[in-house]
Amino acid sequence: MNARSRNGALNGGALNGGTWNGRAWNIAGLVTVGVVGLAAMIGLPLVLELSSLLDVTVYLILAILALSLALVWGYGGTLCFGQSAFFGLGAYAYAIAMFNIGESTIPFLLAIVLPAAFAALLGYFMFYGRISDVYLGVITLTVTLILFNAVNSTAGPEYQIGEARLGGFNGIPSIPPLNWPGMPDSALDLNDLFYVSIVLLMAVYFGLRWLLVSRFGRVIVAIRENEQRAGFLGYDARLYKLATFTLGGALAGLAGCLFANWGAFVSPTIFGLGQSAQIIIWVIVGGRGTLIGPVVGCIAIQWLTAFLGSAQLTKASLAQVVGPTVADALSSVMGFADLSNTSLILGAVLLAFVLLVPRGVMPSLLDLARFLVRRRPADALADKAERAT
Amino acid sequence: MTGPAVLLETVDLGMRFGGVEAVSDVNFRLTEGELRCLIGPNGAGKSTFFKLLTGQLLPTRGKVLYRGRDISGIETHEVARLGIGIKTQVPSVFDGLSVRENLWIAASRGRPTRRANEMVDEILSRIALAGSAQRTVGQLAHGQRQWLELGIVLAGEPELILLDEPAAGMTHEEVVRTAELIREINRTRSLIVVEHDMQFIRMIASKVTVLDRGRVLVEDSMENILRHPTVRDVYLGKRVAA
Ligand SMILES: Nc1ncnc2c1ncn2[C@@H]1O[C@H](COP(=O)(O)OP(=O)(O)O)[C@@H](O)[C@H]1O
Ligand SMILES: [Mg+2]
Repeated sequence: MNARSRNGALNGGALNGGTWNGRAWNIAGLVTVGVVGLAAMIGLPLVLELSSLLDVTVYLILAILALSLALVWGYGGTLCFGQSAFFGLGAYAYAIAMFNIGESTIPFLLAIVLPAAFAALLGYFMFYGRISDVYLGVITLTVTLILFNAVNSTAGPEYQIGEARLGGFNGIPSIPPLNWPGMPDSALDLNDLFYVSIVLLMAVYFGLRWLLVSRFGRVIVAIRENEQRAGFLGYDARLYKLATFTLGGALAGLAGCLFANWGAFVSPTIFGLGQSAQIIIWVIVGGRGTLIGPVVGCIAIQWLTAFLGSAQLTKASLAQVVGPTVADALSSVMGFADLSNTSLILGAVLLAFVLLVPRGVMPSLLDLARFLVRRRPADALADKAERAT
Repeated sequence: MTGPAVLLETVDLGMRFGGVEAVSDVNFRLTEGELRCLIGPNGAGKSTFFKLLTGQLLPTRGKVLYRGRDISGIETHEVARLGIGIKTQVPSVFDGLSVRENLWIAASRGRPTRRANEMVDEILSRIALAGSAQRTVGQLAHGQRQWLELGIVLAGEPELILLDEPAAGMTHEEVVRTAELIREINRTRSLIVVEHDMQFIRMIASKVTVLDRGRVLVEDSMENILRHPTVRDVYLGKRVAA
């Protein structure tokens, strides 16, 4: 029994569909996510002011970005340090195309296709060139930093693509919003953007769930587990990795397009080291090998960042929560008196997770849930019956 | 030419690692339906020879022909598509996945899902792991892992099966069962089995190639090999003679 639950956690439940029990868990998970998603979609606009709804919208957009790395790294086993490259390309592609075209259908598609094509090209050289995993990390990181520097240095008026000025480190302001397909006069307002973002997030989530129980998804997990064995069985690992990487690029581009809409602004920091590192942190904290984990990790960390930024957490205010002794100890251990430094706290959170919950939050929580369910006598009986059949 | 067709052939095959000549001038022939054992002391070049057959290593000399086609240095996944199944010396399985999932991945290439599922059930009982289908492979005992890998190889329905030390680390009963399984497989498939356990080779009694310092020393039936003075004295020791 224990073996089965461990297996389920390792595979994020997706591959455990063979038993009734595994299937029940999968369905329970899907229903939960669907219900929570629908409730958020209907409920949040009713209870939140527009400004808070806008904050939530960016969490949802970034959660799509988190899912792109959850696929590429969590399931595909390719640790990409430069997922922000595709995110940024999506945002810039949308912005530049929008200034030139004016109607958003083609810019929206370009924001997905262009990063995907770039990922395919990069992936082709990396996977077919048999680059080792370590260099793969280095290359993806380098690519995003090159993009950062390249775009950063396009401040002059000569850097113009059609009607769009790249603006260098100043970024591109006043990006026109998406409109409903084919209707350039009906632009999406901020409320609409919330609905579009949550619907797309759910579509990406359920789409990936479906992909991962398909043969393709099962094979990419097998390749992650043992590439050599997959090769011995006739699967061309390079092709599967390339396809996964390309899909990851497309999803990151989609998130980039929504992000450019959200702030009506994009600047080169989107390619920066900080952005890349954040995506990895979401996945680590939420848990590799699950989809819901990185979504939860992303939203929780974004919320924490915003909270720390606004609360101006100081040693004095910390002392009110955890008591003066702990606050003293914390601040002396961390070597700073003022705890308002957001990135230091985030760093500490990450460190705590890597050391204490190395598999991430969701896999551990799911195991706990399974354990608790199993303790109930009715289920123990059901288990026996299941074994008997 | 009459007689059974040649399935696999090596021509002047050689592999050099820096100064070490791990395999040299090996001319090896396997006919269709044959079961061949490959023996030799540690470091004789057996595993290297295996890797040359399956494209994991590119030979520094000579070539490997499968049904007359040169397959030296071929991509790993193409070897499988030619109909060659491989079991490595260190079991190569999907550790984090369940036994069933391991077999399903193997069975599902080129097969519709329903057919693959049937295949998995059939193999589970054949390798005596039906009761452990949902277990994570990382938790299996060593002998079970070896069988699972054998099952994975069978699920691909290869024409030629290469097994590198399939009985290593097994208990006596497991070795006996493995030998039975190999004889059974040989009814429909060709096999090359690398072993250094002579008891095991005796159980599957077939034609034997002795490899020594990268070269073929003798090639003969098991009884004759056991009588061969050099083999007996130098490589097999008195343990086997006793
Ligand atoms: N990748 C390698 N690099 C260098 N030397 C190797 C390599 N693989 C094998 N060898 C050498 O080749 C010889 C044959 O090894 P191997 O084929 O593993 O023998 P066996 O399987 O018969 O025990 C040994 O001397 C070994 O050290
Ligand atoms: Mg060996």
